[in-house]
Amino acid sequence: MAAPMPGRPVAAVAIGASTGGVEALLQLLPALGGESAVSVFAVLHLPRERSSLLAEIFAPRCRLPVRDVQDKDPVLPGSIYFAPPDYHLLVDDGPQLALSMDPPVEHSRPSVSVLFESAAAVYGPRLLGVLLTGAGSDGASGLQAVQRAGGVTVVQQPADARMPQMPEAALACMTPDHVLTLEEIMSLFQALPCEACA
Amino acid sequence: MNAAPPSAEDVELRLLVEAIYHVYHYDFRHYARASLRRRMSAAMAHFGCRSLSELQGRLLREADVFTELLEYLTVQVSDLFRDPGYFRALREKVVPLLRTYPSLKIWIAGCSTGEEAYSMAILLREEGLLERSLIYATDINPNALRRAEAGVYDAAKVPDFTANHRRSGGHSSLSDYYSAAYDRVIFDKRLRRHIVFSDHSLATDSVFAEVQLVSCRNVLIYFDRELQSRALDLFYEALCRKGFLGIGLRESLRFSSHADAFAEFAREDRIYRKVDG
Ligand SMILES: C[S@@+](CC[C@H](N)C(=O)[O-])C[C@H]1O[C@@H](n2cnc3c(N)ncnc32)[C@H](O)[C@@H]1O
Repeated sequence: MAAPMPGRPVAAVAIGASTGGVEALLQLLPALGGESAVSVFAVLHLPRERSSLLAEIFAPRCRLPVRDVQDKDPVLPGSIYFAPPDYHLLVDDGPQLALSMDPPVEHSRPSVSVLFESAAAVYGPRLLGVLLTGAGSDGASGLQAVQRAGGVTVVQQPADARMPQMPEAALACMTPDHVLTLEEIMSLFQALPCEACA
Repeated sequence: MNAAPPSAEDVELRLLVEAIYHVYHYDFRHYARASLRRRMSAAMAHFGCRSLSELQGRLLREADVFTELLEYLTVQVSDLFRDPGYFRALREKVVPLLRTYPSLKIWIAGCSTGEEAYSMAILLREEGLLERSLIYATDINPNALRRAEAGVYDAAKVPDFTANHRRSGGHSSLSDYYSAAYDRVIFDKRLRRHIVFSDHSLATDSVFAEVQLVSCRNVLIYFDRELQSRALDLFYEALCRKGFLGIGLRESLRFSSHADAFAEFAREDRIYRKVDG
């Protein structure tokens, strides 16, 4: 099928997932071309020990570099950032990375909603928000913020998700631009029009 | 990204922190925006305000509102021996050098509810240094300081605390330092005697003592570069020659104005050493 397009070029992609998220991202992130100039932020709920391994798992499989996250580092185009264990990852003006040790949101630190809301405030309509598989309801309110700021929103089809709760929670409170299978999100990523490449 | 005009919310946020500064003398003007925005929207929801301007109106007229708001602006979260590797590095690499001083002064900046200060006191006790040490533990949140003084924590957190303590290289039993009562534990007065808790702002106050070690963890992440630089100036000034500075694991001095003032001492654990200026 034809890749569903976000409609306009984006500068950044924010992705959230919980249970089943590593497998889903192992399909999605390698689909981004090495020449892509989008900045990608991802929050995965994982036990501390596993989440510090994310860079090791993803770096060799992705064409975009997976970068280490330090508070206040400038956000680089064409880069992938994972929220570090036990901190919220936010995007701040600049854009630059920001971390916070504030209490868990929706039982999660890092929280998908915290990332989405902060990125929505910085990127507005130039953001693509993607909510994937997971238990719980983290990400729903954040994805609404992305939509309110004019960003493009994508939710994984609950039936296609390893755990449908997170996508369902979002669908219960909003109508995203696209409800897609992982396969379809992959083609979207392959053809992602980004600002700097346009 | 500089072409876009500031949003209404950004302008309101700027005015609000300005108002707080003028009326209550707490300076949040140089806090990192992203976290500040989040905390303010949580506060707006709590007070049932529909905009920051509305919140500002109430704030200017009702002092109680500010007391409550402060709890949102300085969220309290901490753990005993958070990041055990940091405390292990202090124990194994810094303590041997601290032993050479006849008396020790240590500054825990942004101590929150006290966990970091008690961790430090326990570590010093285990290393036989507590008797000659004084720990200054400072914060701007009066409630947090009160709780820190009391040294009372939720018993449910003790298993995590104990595991962290062990991984930090602790060679005594954590239970030697607290007594349990119902669902609470209270830390020993003998630790408490070596800690002075006080109100001090890295944004508005100046240096109050000369110290051999500053530990300021997960506080700089809430500041913008300018305020970070002010805080680092204070630490530089407070530290004795070749004194130590420890910061949070995701914080760095790499791009700061002070990259040359502090040399990396234990890189992975974010411990630096003052360079003679
Ligand atoms: C996340 S807590 C860190 C607690 C502890 N250091 C740790 O790492 O577990 C941040 C603390 O910084 C304090 N803080 C915020 N602004 C401050 C300022 N201007 N001066 C001193 N402390 C400040 C807050 O009140 C809060 O207690």
